[in-house]
Amino acid sequence: MIERKIKKGRSLWQDGLRRLWRRKLVMVCFAVIVLYFLLTGFIYSAELFGWKVGPTQWQESVGKSYEPPGRENIFGTDIFGQSVLRKMLYGTKTSITVALCASLISLLIGVPLGAIAGYFRGFVDEIIVWVYSTLSSIPYILLILAFAVVLHDKSLFGHKLTGITTVYLAIGLTSWVGICRLIRGEVMKHKEREYVLAAKSYGCSNSRIIFKHLLPNVFHLVIIDFSLRFVSFIHAEVILSFLGLGEAERPSWGAMINDARIELSRGVWWQMAAATIAIFLISLALNIFGDALRDSLDPKLRVQ
Amino acid sequence: MIIYIIRRLLYTIPIVFGVLLLTFVLFTLVGGDISIEIAGKGASAATINEIRQEYGLNKPLFLSWDSQFVNHFKSALTFDFGRARDREPVIDKIKRGAGPSLALMVPIFVGTIIISVSLALIIAFLRGTVWDSLTVIICVAGMSIPYLSFILFGQYFLAYKWGLSPVFFSPDLSMAQYTALPILIGIVTGLGGEVRFYRTVMLDEMRSDYVRTAFAKGLSTRRVLFKHVLKNAMIPIITRVVLAIPFLFLGSLLLERFFGIPGLGYLMIEAIGSRDYFVINAMTYISAILFVIFNVITDICYAWVDPRVSFD
Repeated sequence: MIERKIKKGRSLWQDGLRRLWRRKLVMVCFAVIVLYFLLTGFIYSAELFGWKVGPTQWQESVGKSYEPPGRENIFGTDIFGQSVLRKMLYGTKTSITVALCASLISLLIGVPLGAIAGYFRGFVDEIIVWVYSTLSSIPYILLILAFAVVLHDKSLFGHKLTGITTVYLAIGLTSWVGICRLIRGEVMKHKEREYVLAAKSYGCSNSRIIFKHLLPNVFHLVIIDFSLRFVSFIHAEVILSFLGLGEAERPSWGAMINDARIELSRGVWWQMAAATIAIFLISLALNIFGDALRDSLDPKLRVQ
Repeated sequence: MIIYIIRRLLYTIPIVFGVLLLTFVLFTLVGGDISIEIAGKGASAATINEIRQEYGLNKPLFLSWDSQFVNHFKSALTFDFGRARDREPVIDKIKRGAGPSLALMVPIFVGTIIISVSLALIIAFLRGTVWDSLTVIICVAGMSIPYLSFILFGQYFLAYKWGLSPVFFSPDLSMAQYTALPILIGIVTGLGGEVRFYRTVMLDEMRSDYVRTAFAKGLSTRRVLFKHVLKNAMIPIITRVVLAIPFLFLGSLLLERFFGIPGLGYLMIEAIGSRDYFVINAMTYISAILFVIFNVITDICYAWVDPRVSFD
């Protein structure tokens, strides 16, 4: 008697994650990304519970300024004698917070709008397409800057918008266009498939079809898109902070580079190097991880 | 074809309207009255009033033929954006900045396209070899280095340390002298992303059936690449290239700032520093108009290169 092996089916996610697990470099990148997030979490909890981890005032002199990298301070000190390494680690919090909040804002705007436009078409679709075509006709960097300048120091619902709030609002409000366009296209394609028809024929409501049936089927695209977009959010934060539109009180990589602009002519390169390394590592990890994620989850690419 | 172009042009009207609406909301409704800021600290009420008068900030927002809303549209359609905070007409500032910006950006643009498309072709030729993977690694690494670091380290080592080029712009230098280093840095920064993009485009084409047919006929790899693949890859290349042109107008904000080149990017950064909404508004509007125009040109180019695009 022939024994037949029954192969258990695997979902897109299981299959994709198995592929990722096999690639060691990708896992290293994933570990780096996790590390940055853990660090952010650690800094938040340190602030919340008041753990003592060094001076909390950043604009205060605490030691010898511009000490070159050595045994005591791996990345030397800045003008206030603050450890550059600590500044670099704290900058992680600023960048990751901004990139996360900006992602969240643009997801919350882009995904529902895209799904609604693609599903209902007609007049609603035209309005949504008009809004995002308008936004995308303005150069991205100019749009972010315009939003950031206008929002800077304004108050919203009684809260004064300062520091990183302005930055992630500006980035989030301007960068939902890409995801909206992507979701709209996918929903338009999926709308005609049998499973949606089946759901319709049992009398599912429109909102149930969109949120319960359509979105889970296109959501992997959102993940892929965001793993790559996250890098551009981090870079945008760096540029905004560099231009003085971001966090002023706490360290950020952009502000460190701005300091370094003047310091470099005195031969003080360590602040610049620290910020560059921090940005480079997370960007590289995200770029490689995002690409690998796309390769393993996008069915179009997988066939080959 | 003519009807197609006209229809395409008509389609731009709502977009331009949208941009004007957005800039009005941003700079007038959200941005608010900046006359107090212009007047400076401790200015008398009379001075503030005078400034309000001068910039038309005392007019009603809506519901009048002389409201701020109507004037916003009027000024945009006549390209008369009033005066900047230092009382110089905004349009004069923009005209003055356009030259240096273009002198910087056009060489960067052309250089990047030529280098990245030819590199991508070579890599498509060498696909699957060590060189291919090496290039991809270098590209991804290059994309991950922050733009600011490229500029700062480039300026520090090449100009300041080794003195290969002047560090800052000064009016008595020739254009070639002060733009050489920024152009080099601009090209190098862009290469990572561009080469990777064009490589994907080329490799996508390599997988199509006509390439297999061409190989099956016994054509040489070189012939397939330059005769077939490059021609078919023109569509994504044109899209990317033409749509990048309006962004040249803006110049490179950061390059101009670091090297002190008095272009539009520099103007923009100055305007951000002094919260000069009038300048930022005009720059936003003009770049959007350029983008819309070039979008129409891309569509016409499509129809021209690709016979499959229909004119409906």
